[in-house]
Amino acid sequence: MSTNLLTLLPELILTLTAVLVMLFEPLLAPGASRKPLGWLAVLGAVGSGAAALCQLQFVNRLGAVTGFYGTVQVDAFSIFFHLLIASVVAATLLASLDYFHPTQVSHAGEYFALVLFGAAGMMFMTSSVELLMVFIGLEISSISTYILAGFRKGRATASESAIKYFLLGSFATAFFLYGIALCFGATGSTAIAAVSAGLTVTRTPLFGWLAVGMVLIGLGFKVSAAPFHVWTPDVYQGAPAPVVGLMSTAPKAAAFAVLLRFLFDAAPQYRTHWAPLIAIMAVASMTIGNLGALMQSDAKRLLAYSSIAHAGYLLVAFTATEHLAVSAACFYTAAYAAMNVGAFIVLTQLSGFDEKLRTIDDLTGLALRRPVLSAFLAFFLLSLIGIPFTGGFFGKFYVFSAAVHSGYTWLAIVGLANSGLACFYYLRLLAALYARPVADTVGDTPTPRSITFPAALALTATAAATLFLGILPNRVLNLTQRATPATVAQNTVQR
Amino acid sequence: MNFDPIILTLILATPLAGAILLALIPEQEASSNSAVQVDSKRHAIGALIVTLLTLLLTLHLAAHFNYHAAGHTFQFEENLPWINSPAIRYHLGVDGLSMWLIVLAGFLAPIGVLASWNAIQRRTRLFYSLFLLQQVAMLGIFVALDLFLYYGFWEMSLVPMTLLIATFGRTENRRRAAIKFFVYAFIPSAILLVAILWLYNLTGTFDLPTLQALAGAHHIAASPTALLLCSIAFLVAFAVKVPIFPLHGWLQDAVTEAPTAAVMVLAGKLGLYSILRFSFGIFADQSRHVAPLLIALGAIGIVYGSLIALIRSDLKKLASFSTLAHVSFVVLGIFTFTLLGMDGGIFQILNESLIGAAFFVLLGLLYERYGTYDMRDYGGLAARHPWMATMFVLTSLAAVGLPMLNGFVGEFLILSGTMQSIVAHHVLWTTVGATGVIFGAGYMLWMIQRVFYGSPGIRTEEVQGWDLCAREHLELWPFIALFLVMGVASPLWMRAIDTYGTTTADPIVQSGVTAGSQAILKIQPATALADSAMASNGTQPHLTNARQEVR
Repeated sequence: MSTNLLTLLPELILTLTAVLVMLFEPLLAPGASRKPLGWLAVLGAVGSGAAALCQLQFVNRLGAVTGFYGTVQVDAFSIFFHLLIASVVAATLLASLDYFHPTQVSHAGEYFALVLFGAAGMMFMTSSVELLMVFIGLEISSISTYILAGFRKGRATASESAIKYFLLGSFATAFFLYGIALCFGATGSTAIAAVSAGLTVTRTPLFGWLAVGMVLIGLGFKVSAAPFHVWTPDVYQGAPAPVVGLMSTAPKAAAFAVLLRFLFDAAPQYRTHWAPLIAIMAVASMTIGNLGALMQSDAKRLLAYSSIAHAGYLLVAFTATEHLAVSAACFYTAAYAAMNVGAFIVLTQLSGFDEKLRTIDDLTGLALRRPVLSAFLAFFLLSLIGIPFTGGFFGKFYVFSAAVHSGYTWLAIVGLANSGLACFYYLRLLAALYARPVADTVGDTPTPRSITFPAALALTATAAATLFLGILPNRVLNLTQRATPATVAQNTVQR
Repeated sequence: MNFDPIILTLILATPLAGAILLALIPEQEASSNSAVQVDSKRHAIGALIVTLLTLLLTLHLAAHFNYHAAGHTFQFEENLPWINSPAIRYHLGVDGLSMWLIVLAGFLAPIGVLASWNAIQRRTRLFYSLFLLQQVAMLGIFVALDLFLYYGFWEMSLVPMTLLIATFGRTENRRRAAIKFFVYAFIPSAILLVAILWLYNLTGTFDLPTLQALAGAHHIAASPTALLLCSIAFLVAFAVKVPIFPLHGWLQDAVTEAPTAAVMVLAGKLGLYSILRFSFGIFADQSRHVAPLLIALGAIGIVYGSLIALIRSDLKKLASFSTLAHVSFVVLGIFTFTLLGMDGGIFQILNESLIGAAFFVLLGLLYERYGTYDMRDYGGLAARHPWMATMFVLTSLAAVGLPMLNGFVGEFLILSGTMQSIVAHHVLWTTVGATGVIFGAGYMLWMIQRVFYGSPGIRTEEVQGWDLCAREHLELWPFIALFLVMGVASPLWMRAIDTYGTTTADPIVQSGVTAGSQAILKIQPATALADSAMASNGTQPHLTNARQEVR
C-alpha cells in the first residue's frame, strides 16, 4: 500500500496543501492579507516538484513503477509532466500573490486552493494508464479551471468566460467519455495496455476508429486545437491573467500527455487513420490561430490566438515516429509553458486585478516607464516568435526536424511559413513596447505597477528556463528522449 | 600566451558581455523639469571601449592568419559538442573569405559608436546594448561553421536591428519600416530552416565542412530537383538580406529610418557572405545552374539601382539605391565563378561596406547640422565646410571607382571576371554592368554638385553649420586612409581572399586565369591592373581551348 501512495506522492502533496490552505483561510481575519496562504501554496507546488524529482531517482534505478492495480504508472514520461506542471503552478502562484486588491482578498484563499486542486488533477491525468482514471483527472482539473476562469466576479466578460468554458468543456469531456466507452465496447477494457492489445484483435474496428475520433475531439478541445478552438479567445479574455497563463499551459500539457499515451500506446495500429487527421488539425490550428491573432488589439486575445497556433505547432510533432514525436512534443510543451507563463506574468504584474492595461495601445511606450518588465515581455515575445537561443526556437526547430525526419516536409514548410506569419503580430506588440507612447493616451492609461519580489522571482525563473531550454537543452532533451508513453506489461502490474 | 584556440569565442563574448553590462548600467536620472532628457555619455564611452577591444581581437586574426594553409581548411577552429541529439556542435572557424569580413565588422563598430555620439541623446542604454548585440550576431554569422549555430546568429541579427529601427527611427514611419524589415527577412529564413532540416535528415549533420565534403563527393542522396529546390531556399533567404533585385523592397524604408550606426551594417555583407559560404559551399553545382539568372539580376540591379538613385532627391533614399547598385556588382562578380570575379566580388564586399559606411556617416553629419536629408535644401556648402566637402568628394570618388582608390580594384576585377566567364550572354551583361559605373559617377557627382556647390539652399541659408570637429575627423580619416591603401595595396587583402577564391571558382577557367591573378598579386596594382588584365587576355586562347576540350 505504501508504494501505491508513493506513486501518487506529488498529487498527494498538492492535495494536502490545498486542504491546509482551505483550513487556514477562515482563521485569518476577513480583511487580512492572504499572502501567507499563497506562500504556503507555492511551497506545496515546489514540494510536489521535489517529490517528482525523488520519484525520478527511483525510476532511474528501478524502471517504471506501477501502483493501484496498474492504473497509475510512474515513469520518465509522467515525471516529466509532473515537473512541468509543478513549475507552471509555482510560477503562477508567485505571480498571483500580488494580483488581488485589498478589497478582493477574501476570495484569494479559494483561488490558491483551486489552483492546487486543478494541478493535482492535471498531474493525475499524466500518470494514469487507465482511461477512466484519466477521465477523473481530467474532470478534477477542468472543474477547478472552470471556476478560476470566472474569478473576476461581477464582470460580464468573466461570467461569459466561465460559462462558455464550462458548457463547451462539458461537451468535450462527454466526447472523451464516449470515446472511452467505445474503447470498452471494442476491447472489453479501459486499461491502456489492454486496449492496445484488444484493438489489434478486435472484430469491430469501426468502434476503434470512432473511439480514436471521439478522444481526438475531446482532447482537441482541451488543447484548443482547431476546429475545436472557438472558445479560446473569449475565455482567455475574461479570465484573470495569471489563470490564463496557467490554463494555456498546464492543462494543455496534461491533455497532450494523454493524447501521446492514447495515440502512441493505445492506438498505434490506427496510425494511418489518425496521422492525417492530426496533420489537418495541425495545419488548421496554425493557420487559424495566426490569422486570427493578426487582427487582435487586446493582448490577452492576441496571446489566445497565439496559443491556438502553438497547439498546431505541437501537433506537428505527432506526425513523427513515436520516439521523436514524444521527445519533440514534450520539449515543445516545456518551452511553450516557460515563455507563455512568463508573458502572462508580465501582463498580471502590469495592472493587477483591474486589468486596465489590456490593448496594444495601452502598452505602447511601456519600455520608457517599466524597462525591466518590458524587457521580460520582449524576451518572451521573441521566444514565442522563435528567435534562436530561446526555448521557443529550439522547440520549433526540434518539432519541425521531427516532422521532416518522418517525411512530412510539407507540414514543416506550412508550419514555418506560419511562424513567419506569426511574427507580424508579436512584432506589433514588441515594437509598441519600445515605441514612444501616443501623446493623447498618456493621461488616460493608468500607470503600470512596478515589479514586486514574488513576480520578479517568477519572471526570473521563467526567463531563465526559456533561455536554458534554448541554449543548453541537453539535460531536458535527455529526459524527453528517455520518456516513452508505453505502459509496462500487465502481469507486472498486479500487486 | 597563445590566444588562437579561444580567439573566436573571445571575439563573440566581448561584445556580448559589453551588451549585458551596458544594459545593467542605469541611465542618468534626468531632472524632472527639463523637457529634453539628455543622458550622460557613460553608455557611449562603454560601448566605445568594448568595440575597440573587439577590434583589437579581430586584428589578432589578421596578424596570425596562415596564408599557406590549404584553401579548404579553417583556422582558429573551435569544435565542441553542444547538443547531443540532434547532433549540434559549437563549431567556429575562419578562412580567407571570412577573415577580413570579421575585421571589417570589428572596424565599423567603434566608428558606429562615434557616429552616434551626439546623434543619440535619449535612451542610450537601450541603443548601445542593442548595437552591441547586433555586433555579436554579425560576428557570429561570420565565424559559425555549424548550420544550426549559424542559423541562430542569422535570425538573432534581425532582432536588434528591428528594435533599433522601431525605436530610434527618424520619422513616424519607423514602426512600419521595422516590421517590414523583419518580415521580409524572417519569412524566407523560415523556409531556409526547412531546407536546413531537410539536409540534416539526409546527412545527419549540421557541420558545414562535413556537408561540403559530402556534397562535393555527390554523397547527398536526393533527386537533383530536390537539391535544386533546397539550394533555392538557401539562396532566396540570403538574397533578401543582400538584397538582390527584385527582393529589395525593404531596403529603402529601413535605410531611411535606421540611425547611422545601424544603417552602416544593414545591407550587403551578411547576405553576400552567406551566399559565398553556404550556397557555393554546399550547392556548388546548383549555384552554377542558377548563375545565369543571378548574373542577369546583378546587372539589372546595377542599372536599376543607379537609375533610381539618379532621380532621388532624398539623400538617404539615394544612398539606399546606390547600395543596391553596389551589392549588385558583387552579385555579378561572384556568380561568374571565375577567379577574377570571385576575388573581385569579395574585395568589393569590403569596399562596398566601407564606402557605404563612410557615406552614411557623412550623411549623418549633414543631418546633425541641418536636420534634413533633402538635397534641394542644400547648396554651396563647400565654401563653409571645406573639410567635409573634401571627405564627401573622396568618398564619392571611391564609390565611383576612380583608379588609385579601392572601388576601382573591385569593379575592374568583377567586370574582367564577367568578361571571362562562360555563362551565356556574358558580354551583354558585362556591358550592362559597366554602364552602372557611368551612372554611378552621374548620381554621385551630381549629388556633390547639388549639396556643396551652387547657390546656398533654403536650409543652408537659415542654419549656420560648423565644419568637422575632432571626433568627426576621427570617424572619417580611417575610411579615407583605407580607401587609398586598399586602392594601391590590394594584395594585402587579396592574399587571404585568394585562398578562398582558388578553391571555389571554376576549375576550368581557373587554370587559365591563375596566372593573371598571380600577376595582380605580384605587381603593385592600380597602374599595373591594366597590364594584368592584358596578361589574362593573353591566356584567353588557352582558355578557349580548355573549354573546347571540356565540351
